[in-house]
Amino acid sequence: MKQEAFEQRYSESWEQFEKATGLLNGGARKRSASAENQHLWTGFDQQYRQICQHLAIARARRYSIELQQKLNQMALDGHRHFYSEKVPIAHTVLQFIVYGFPQAIRQRWKPIAVSFLLFFGVGTATAVGVYYNPDLIYYLMDPQQVGEFERMYDPTNDVLGRERNSGTDLMMFGFYISNNVSIGFQTYAGGLFFGLGTLFYLVFNGIYIGAVAGHLQRIGYGEPFWSFVSGHSALELLAIVIFGGVGLSLGRSLIAPGGYKRFHALRITARETLPLVYGGALMLLFAAFVEAYWSSMTTPPVRLKYAVGIAFWAAIAAYFSLAGKRQ
Amino acid sequence: MTTPLLDTTLRIETPEGVELTLPVAGLASRALAWLLDAAIKAVGLVVTSILLSGFGEAGIGLLLIIYFGFLWGYNVLFEVLMQGQTLGKRSVGIRVVHADGTPVGWRGASIRNLLRPVDVFPGCYLFGCLSVLLTKNFQRLGDLAAATIVVHTPKTAVRNAWNDIQPLPPGIPLTVEEQEAIVSFGERRVQISDARSEELAAALKPLLGETSAAKLHQHAAWLTGRRAKT
Repeated sequence: MKQEAFEQRYSESWEQFEKATGLLNGGARKRSASAENQHLWTGFDQQYRQICQHLAIARARRYSIELQQKLNQMALDGHRHFYSEKVPIAHTVLQFIVYGFPQAIRQRWKPIAVSFLLFFGVGTATAVGVYYNPDLIYYLMDPQQVGEFERMYDPTNDVLGRERNSGTDLMMFGFYISNNVSIGFQTYAGGLFFGLGTLFYLVFNGIYIGAVAGHLQRIGYGEPFWSFVSGHSALELLAIVIFGGVGLSLGRSLIAPGGYKRFHALRITARETLPLVYGGALMLLFAAFVEAYWSSMTTPPVRLKYAVGIAFWAAIAAYFSLAGKRQ
Repeated sequence: MTTPLLDTTLRIETPEGVELTLPVAGLASRALAWLLDAAIKAVGLVVTSILLSGFGEAGIGLLLIIYFGFLWGYNVLFEVLMQGQTLGKRSVGIRVVHADGTPVGWRGASIRNLLRPVDVFPGCYLFGCLSVLLTKNFQRLGDLAAATIVVHTPKTAVRNAWNDIQPLPPGIPLTVEEQEAIVSFGERRVQISDARSEELAAALKPLLGETSAAKLHQHAAWLTGRRAKT
């Protein structure tokens, strides 16, 4: 069959197919209002398969490049809609929180444990060091920064944490979100440098937080500091540990890809660890909320604040170790 | 199927057993799309900061949250909801797809955008640019981890009208390759200047004898199966 005859015979069905894919390209709104377009979708799968067949024929018979390109484009459009990934979001999110996230944690507990030991090990060592050596803090931070922290947690303050005059918790909420979640994502992304970036962020933040804690404890500002951080500490620190664990996994997949090509191993690990990234981000969002609205309050008694902090640690530990086990 | 070896196309084989080809987008178009997105985000931030400026510290808080959204959420949301296109990508005409050609989903979009800091590292997207220049499908590091590829969305080509051309059989039998060459020459007659057309047509002198571009166009029309209307 000559090209001209081929085109004439099928041009009508091609037009119909293009109309259908055009509507799909138009987006969800048009799609839902498509009762009158129903006839376009009935048999979409068959039409798509026919287009693929026509493309193969056009190539085999060496029809003109222009026609081949047109059919290629139509097949691509069909392929794009036919095979696109559709996830029912609300249901997935719920499933994720109820059992997906804790299961993912347990599945990757080893790198997370390594990250935990690294972060808390460095943090504790620095805190102890700074506590017993008054000068050490000044090797780690400049005096201005130290002074700032001292002002923040001065026991004579009315409000804990960063200075706030008109008490706008919302501002601090925004700050904590953009600052902390960005640190989390950076810790995660650093894994692509064979884990070195992740290692850097874990150690750096461990030293930083440990130094502040040790110093404030030493100069007698321990109570305001601990009562401020206790509420959100579990959520925030564990989230950083999780991001660290994922980053270390990514790095490991590049260093020791096992039976795969390096980038293939990376892809598999990135896919498998994505739930942990979502979960970590959620934890940091929640932590920012707690930090802005609960941790900064000075009215609750210190004991209550410690109790809430411990309750968070216990709840998260129980959630990670028990939730979703019976699935 | 013949495709020049140096072409930057991505080939995907579908379950239907045909091979689809997609033109991969390179550094320049991707950078342009990034610039447009950056400009859109900057304008968005300026506008919201003006709108929120009357709300004191609460306004700053909201602005920080919106800034955070632009920084990490903009690309993920647009790529998932607009079939792989941010606003910048849409105006440049490129799209993020999975390695199998399907539009990017939550998973791919999240991985490629949350790993963005390594592409930016150590500044000005140096690692990302190097990765795009060095990998076969122009992928940055985030794309490599997410198995995504940025491709051009081909514009629907305007097909030339053949009505004004009187089909004419070539006097001698031609091989398939020769026919292909003549047909694609005919199809591109609008894109090629007249002088260049004549020059190209002259190259066929040893094959067809004395010939002209117009005559070749007529042969092309005949070869695709058009026949003189009587």
